[in-house]
Amino acid sequence: MASPPDRRSLLDLTLAPGTDARALSDEAHRVAVAALATGTNLQAPLERLRGRSVLLTSATQLPTVLAALALDGIARRILLCLPDIAESDLPSIMAEGEVELVVTDGSGPQPSAGAARVAAGSAVRPGDVALEDRSVPTEWVLFTSGTTGRPKMVAHTLESLTGPLDDGLKVQERPVWSTFYDVRRYGGLQILLRALLGGGSMVLSSASEPVGDFLVRVGQSGVTHISGTPSHWRRALMSPNANRMAPRYVRLSGEVADQAILDHLKQAYPHSDVAHAFASTEAGVAFDVRDGLAGFPASYIDQPGTKAEMRVIDGTLRIRSSRTSSGYLGTAPRLGDTEGFIDTGDMVERRGERYYFVGRREGVINVGGQKVFPEEVEAVINRHPAVQMSKVWARKSPITGAIVAADLVLREGAGPLAGIREPILQMCRDQLAAHKVPVSLRAVPSLPVGPAGKLLRHD
Amino acid sequence: MSTAGKDIRGFILEQVQAVARQQKKTLAPLSDGLPLLESGLDSLCIAIIVANLDDELGLDPFASGAVDMPVTLGDFIRLYEHGVAA
Repeated sequence: MASPPDRRSLLDLTLAPGTDARALSDEAHRVAVAALATGTNLQAPLERLRGRSVLLTSATQLPTVLAALALDGIARRILLCLPDIAESDLPSIMAEGEVELVVTDGSGPQPSAGAARVAAGSAVRPGDVALEDRSVPTEWVLFTSGTTGRPKMVAHTLESLTGPLDDGLKVQERPVWSTFYDVRRYGGLQILLRALLGGGSMVLSSASEPVGDFLVRVGQSGVTHISGTPSHWRRALMSPNANRMAPRYVRLSGEVADQAILDHLKQAYPHSDVAHAFASTEAGVAFDVRDGLAGFPASYIDQPGTKAEMRVIDGTLRIRSSRTSSGYLGTAPRLGDTEGFIDTGDMVERRGERYYFVGRREGVINVGGQKVFPEEVEAVINRHPAVQMSKVWARKSPITGAIVAADLVLREGAGPLAGIREPILQMCRDQLAAHKVPVSLRAVPSLPVGPAGKLLRHD
Repeated sequence: MSTAGKDIRGFILEQVQAVARQQKKTLAPLSDGLPLLESGLDSLCIAIIVANLDDELGLDPFASGAVDMPVTLGDFIRLYEHGVAA
């Protein structure tokens, strides 16, 4: 897709497909897309923000979404602050992001000093915005979900963010999109952009809303397309309200999608297409897989000239594409190797004509010098019908340094673990090398899922 | 849990045989003087036995970090018997 000589802003691209019956909604608000043509949620003239670096912060997502729509093409840079960022990290974030203005509804992480504030809520007020000049090439800064330390700030452009949308996914008229993700994270922002540019509506999730209530809201809003991480989906399928929605398209990203979760989703939503996508905040979306099978075809690798070119080096997946971010802000290390390939840290293994994700390089368990990826063991355990989800962890061993152990969340009515321990272990012995078989299984009521929707692996 | 040394010895020997079966290892005839490395068990088997004993008996003589690594099956059993006596 050649980019037109005149940059089109997110607002232009959103309004272009028409605005009839389109809306952005959250737990408590509904904003008609048509209203964006003539107003903003900012309680300040847009000119005050022209050319500025602006931090957008709010506890719920809608104030930030509305402000980003108003400011793309106006602000020099917008930083999408995540609600779980520590306020103690804000001074350095503000300095590295050269933040001049903070747009906020007063909730979410609040800097104590350093920049003037502009109030922005969850409602759009009429104003004269149609004739604004939106030619500034706004830089979009996203925060990564890093498990330790201060989150990294990853710079994108609207072009790098919208690049993956051109993937041939056929979507009917007026789709209603939703995601378990916070749309200020890369995986969620992809879905918001699909809704906005594809002529659709968007139903935003809320961190404070019980998952069962969200599922009901999704159903009532007529959501047709919905995404989440495998952990989001496992949790959703545990809810008695899972059957309250009837999506046509179910998407997984952010973690390894094993065959069990793909099968369970197809079973729960038989009229949907179930697809899993691979993306990272830094590398962008690399591909999606629509055949309902875990892993991806080996033919995806080493295809020069494709929009997202992939290589496997030392067992990890590397990606180079125009959707790749422009780099980190501040002092974080440079992205990519000399040829521009980004190391995703995701280990893959070829079996026949397909590659399978085996786990994160840094999550590997070392059993007496032999490697075990928690994800490959979980993928086997999760296929047992009594298991809802599992987490494999490194149990200390005085003999081999570490040995594999697993915590399991059992399905309702599965009965006590004692009754199924041996069949689960036998499945593992049949399908895994001996050092990968858990030495102990433990039933737990739930497993912690972090704010990015991924299973937390660090205790 | 019984504190009788004989029960612990019996339990450990059961574990050795169960894990060997599970891991498809052929055991040498078991005796106190048998070097562990010649018993037919590999280090993964021993790691599994140690973990099982911790789970079943609540005993982890290695936890202190100050124990000598057992050389023979007898050394291994005594490590656990002393753990109970202490």
